[in-house]
Amino acid sequence: MLKLDRVHKVYRVGTFGTDRLTAVSDVGFEVHPGRVVSLIGESGSGKSTIGRMVLRLASVTSGSITFAGNDVSQLRRHRHRKDYYRHVQGVFQDPFSSFNPIFKVDRVFEMLRSEYFPGTTDPEWRRRMGESIRTVTLDPGEVLGKFPHQLSGGQLQRLLIARALMLDLRLLVADEIISMLDASTRIDVLNLLGDLRARGLGVLFVTHDLALGTYVSDTSVILRSGRIVEMGPTGHVFAKPQHPYTRSLLASVPQLHRSWAEVDAELSAEPDGPCPVHTAADTEVLPGPLVRIDDDHFVGCSGDGTGTRC
Amino acid sequence: MSLEVSDLRVYYQTLRGDVRALDGVSFSLADGEIMGLVGESGSGKSTLGKSLIRLDSRMRHVGGSVRVNDTELPIGNDPAMNPFRFHEVSLIPQYAMSALNPTRRIGRMIRELLGSRGVQYSAVRPELERRLALVGLEPDVLRRFPIELSGGMKQRVVMVLSTLLDPALLIADEVTSALDVSTQRAVSEALVEFRDRGYVSSMVFVSHDLALVAQIADTTMVMYAGKLAEKAPTATLVSEPRHPYTRMLLHSLPEVGVTIDERRQEGVAGNPPGLLDPPTGCRFRARCPLADDTCATEPPFVDVEPDHWVACWKAE
Repeated sequence: MLKLDRVHKVYRVGTFGTDRLTAVSDVGFEVHPGRVVSLIGESGSGKSTIGRMVLRLASVTSGSITFAGNDVSQLRRHRHRKDYYRHVQGVFQDPFSSFNPIFKVDRVFEMLRSEYFPGTTDPEWRRRMGESIRTVTLDPGEVLGKFPHQLSGGQLQRLLIARALMLDLRLLVADEIISMLDASTRIDVLNLLGDLRARGLGVLFVTHDLALGTYVSDTSVILRSGRIVEMGPTGHVFAKPQHPYTRSLLASVPQLHRSWAEVDAELSAEPDGPCPVHTAADTEVLPGPLVRIDDDHFVGCSGDGTGTRC
Repeated sequence: MSLEVSDLRVYYQTLRGDVRALDGVSFSLADGEIMGLVGESGSGKSTLGKSLIRLDSRMRHVGGSVRVNDTELPIGNDPAMNPFRFHEVSLIPQYAMSALNPTRRIGRMIRELLGSRGVQYSAVRPELERRLALVGLEPDVLRRFPIELSGGMKQRVVMVLSTLLDPALLIADEVTSALDVSTQRAVSEALVEFRDRGYVSSMVFVSHDLALVAQIADTTMVMYAGKLAEKAPTATLVSEPRHPYTRMLLHSLPEVGVTIDERRQEGVAGNPPGLLDPPTGCRFRARCPLADDTCATEPPFVDVEPDHWVACWKAE
């Protein structure tokens, strides 16, 4: 459904825009209907930039992003772009900044109505709105007519998802949607994503939290400095991490029932394998394409991406 | 006991009345104890952290006392607290990256700060450099401006600075929530190292991440709606929680590698009560699956076994 092919993003930085910063390089993966793909990485890994490019909030420097066969960056006419957003919507990190604090939360639905459903009658619209809000396990009577500050972050985040669901939604870009929520409500939003996945929605889930990234995802894509270092079915990536960076990330995640020292001991019992891309004989160690090590499990060069020996 | 808090009450003053953010909290910390403090937003955990060092203008000390090394802290009296701050009680703020003055080189900022507390910079300079080295920073950072350092480096500078005068009590308020996982681990381990070396005698580690607290804290205290719910040695709290809220909180945390298809987890249904006019009885009553008529009376915070305190009628 959504396909990224050799996508690069280069930002101009510096006072006169003379320097180049490569935020994303050579990234390719697909999101299928009813599948959740997690983009996992630390700050500066390019995970949010990828989400923004998919939502057309940032341009693509080279490579292509296609949705149902159409190149997303080539949507020139307003009508085509509007059509695209009928199927692809984003929800972002801070729910409070997605709502205008001086209006009631209903306004985000009203704006959707005036833009996409101008012909709908009031009772019909209320029925559909109620239905959509109940889908995200909220009670319409409890949340509608309230101001954003009267609701919790988790409720607001679910309302934004309900808003997106009123369209003919096929792909949801969820950029760190749970990192500002309380631990006790995070799981509700994740469960909701899981339910929507079961109904055929594709989700691109951007996160820095590995534990939360694995809970609902089918495919995990681990990013570092704009490159994919490891990608594969979530179970494989977390049970048998191949790339030293994935392993070090896993070793740093705090876990409830295992101490950092125990995880370190486990990982060091099984040392890093040789670089899957280069052999000792290679003179050039530039990061190359990913290597397939198992069915759908791909790993990149073990080097740190700077051209030093891997 | 390096810290003893008894029946502490701190309210926020608003136009609509007092918000009882901290409503009768009693606990103590042993020397060398790192206590994790967890709870949802609005549970009062940050208010408790702040109350131990500085009440802001909206906060009012209503009752109760705080003793550090058997000296009572005048927490309601801002000027009288000054001699204790930095020397006895110190804080690493939530956004340590914005705690550094952007217009000063770090060395100069530290010199001015020490001067304002009557400490000679040259006297502590060797110790400062030694501690910077301990957290992996070159003495060169003292000549840099904050903007030249990464978030993790700034966090470590603030850590070293906060503990420079070997305070009896350190309050670390969500210190790692803005950091990447690998930096988060390094910073947390450095905090433990500081305790081990005796730079701080005890620590309150405020965090919303129970898994992180489980890694570094000796004991963990759970707060709910301005009151204490449970306090126990961390391993006990994680493996045998007694309070229904703690149990539900633990069940809502997904673990690495666990997926929704294998084991669906549930959150804590409902919302915490407003504290402007808090409900009577147990404050968790409305969300608690075990609640019955006995819960209409407020449960006391009592020990169910040595070092394990719970405020719940249903905790046997």
